[in-house]
Amino acid sequence: MTRAFAIEIDQLEFGWKPRQTLLRVERFELAAGERLFLVGPSGSGKSSLLSVIAGIAPASAGDICILDQDMGALSPARRDAFRADNLGVIFQLFNLVPYLTPLENVLLPCRFSPQRRKLAMANGSLGDEGRRLLMALGLDGDVVSRPSTELSVGQQQRVAAARALIGSPGLIIADEPTSALDADSRDNFIQLLQKECEAANSALLFVSHDQALGAFFDRRVDLSEINTAGRVSA
Amino acid sequence: MNGAIFNLALKSLGNRLFTVGLTVLAIAMSVTLFLAVDKIRTGARTSFSTTISGTDLIVGARSGSINLLLYSVFRIGDPTGAMSWESYERIAGAPGVEWAVPISLGDSHRGYRVVGTNNDYFERYRYGRDLPLAFRAGEAFGANEEGVVIGAQVASDLGYEIGTEISLSHGIGEVSFADHDEHPMLVTGILRPTGTPVDRSVHVTLEAIERIHDDVVEEDGHDEEHAYEPEQITAVFIGMEQPTLVLRLQRQVNTYPDEALSAIIPGVALMQLWEVVGAGEAAFGAISAFVILVGLISIATSLSASLNERRREMAILRAVGARPGHVFVLLVSEATAIAAAGAIAGIVLINLLFVLIAGGVQSRYGLTLASGGLSLTDMLTGVVVITSGAMMGILPARRALKNALADGLTVKL
Repeated sequence: MTRAFAIEIDQLEFGWKPRQTLLRVERFELAAGERLFLVGPSGSGKSSLLSVIAGIAPASAGDICILDQDMGALSPARRDAFRADNLGVIFQLFNLVPYLTPLENVLLPCRFSPQRRKLAMANGSLGDEGRRLLMALGLDGDVVSRPSTELSVGQQQRVAAARALIGSPGLIIADEPTSALDADSRDNFIQLLQKECEAANSALLFVSHDQALGAFFDRRVDLSEINTAGRVSA
Repeated sequence: MNGAIFNLALKSLGNRLFTVGLTVLAIAMSVTLFLAVDKIRTGARTSFSTTISGTDLIVGARSGSINLLLYSVFRIGDPTGAMSWESYERIAGAPGVEWAVPISLGDSHRGYRVVGTNNDYFERYRYGRDLPLAFRAGEAFGANEEGVVIGAQVASDLGYEIGTEISLSHGIGEVSFADHDEHPMLVTGILRPTGTPVDRSVHVTLEAIERIHDDVVEEDGHDEEHAYEPEQITAVFIGMEQPTLVLRLQRQVNTYPDEALSAIIPGVALMQLWEVVGAGEAAFGAISAFVILVGLISIATSLSASLNERRREMAILRAVGARPGHVFVLLVSEATAIAAAGAIAGIVLINLLFVLIAGGVQSRYGLTLASGGLSLTDMLTGVVVITSGAMMGILPARRALKNALADGLTVKL
């Protein structure tokens, strides 16, 4: 499991429609196990970049390797399977499937990825590992079995983080996960997330428009600087 | 993997219990209706076709064959006319006739049809698979002109026993003002249940019928050597020595010069009856099938209506590794589960319902409703409904698939 890069982008171009280029990135790297803060104001091509990294959408041109796997070489179905095995995603809001309990939400990736299921069960049962992660993220026993819809936003985000972390995927993508949290729980959340990523040896791509959060990270990159699409080319 | 998806589908449905419950109810009701129509149809056919057997010809005053069959065998409707005793004797004496039992209809006792006949009736009448009538208690009239033999249902409904005195009334109806109390009749026999109109019939002698219609009782009739001869009767049940002679006698009766008569072969008349009823049955069947279709469409409706509010859920599932195919399978599974719940509920409901009402329908209408667990139709209907329900899921599933592919990880809410 010694990989050079969690994300390696080379001459990437992307657009949802043909002949539309929303994203043009010459070079972008995220080292394995590294935690990076990506500043992405709205309109900077953030959604496009995350979709391409997650393998939801294929690149129009250029190369993108996730955990040393060339995504362009995979069929859509293989990309889905790859995502299930290697990616954890935390959204800005509404992270939970409403009809599943918090614990079931955490264990959801294990339904789709035998690999993560196996890794999660390395130290005991799936339920134990799910509860351990929730506990580590500050959610104790009582919350775990309550209906997901009754959780506060802060609690929901922690459940989402636990879900992204279960089975130790190589890359965690967090898309504005703290924008709905107050300052205290925001700081707490970021610290816990970093700590667990380190423990799981997962790389973290933390995206936010809030420059202030950059202070928590070793390295920060501004998407509007590396995305040259839409600029008047010389 | 698909087991995991099906598990998700059930939990998702449980989360929307109210709307899903309504859809399940709609399907259950439509399945109940469809199976009720089918079971009543089958029950009616079985009851009708097992009511009479062993009788080769039925002769009565000229009328349509279905009409003659209905009033003579099923005691439905009124006789169109009478036939003379002379004709009866002529037919009974025709070559090849093994037996001929006269019956005289048109009267009632406390709402039950009265059948005037003779002792031969209890010997010759056959139902089901050539089953003879059997007495639970007592016996036929014998030589007793005031004797009465009642069907099982009459006995249990009216609480009559051997020796109970009853009086007869003219005409058919629950209440009659012309009861003849001066000549009380005596119950001499009670028949075992047959599941045919015989259960709801009161059998008396032809003499007793004559007496209801004519207050003057012919006293000299008792002294004569041979049996009593009424002036007219309603119909004759005939058994032939050889089946090959049936058609010839039928033709002879139909062209009988002295009186306008009709002869029918019960099985053939029954077939004609089914042809008439068949159109109505087909219409009912088609209507109830359409009701099921409406129920099935409501699956697609309710699932499609839920899709917009579930876009986020689909995006989450995609993010944790669900393939678009999984989203598709999820929705088809939900549709299948709804259809299965509806079909099973409907089948259980109709069978419970029929167990509850079977007794009442049997005693009131003489209709034996098929009971005793699942029929082949039940199971076939269940399979068809569940399969079609799954197909109904394809519509919303395709839309969800399209949404999932378009939304990716970033659905805006």
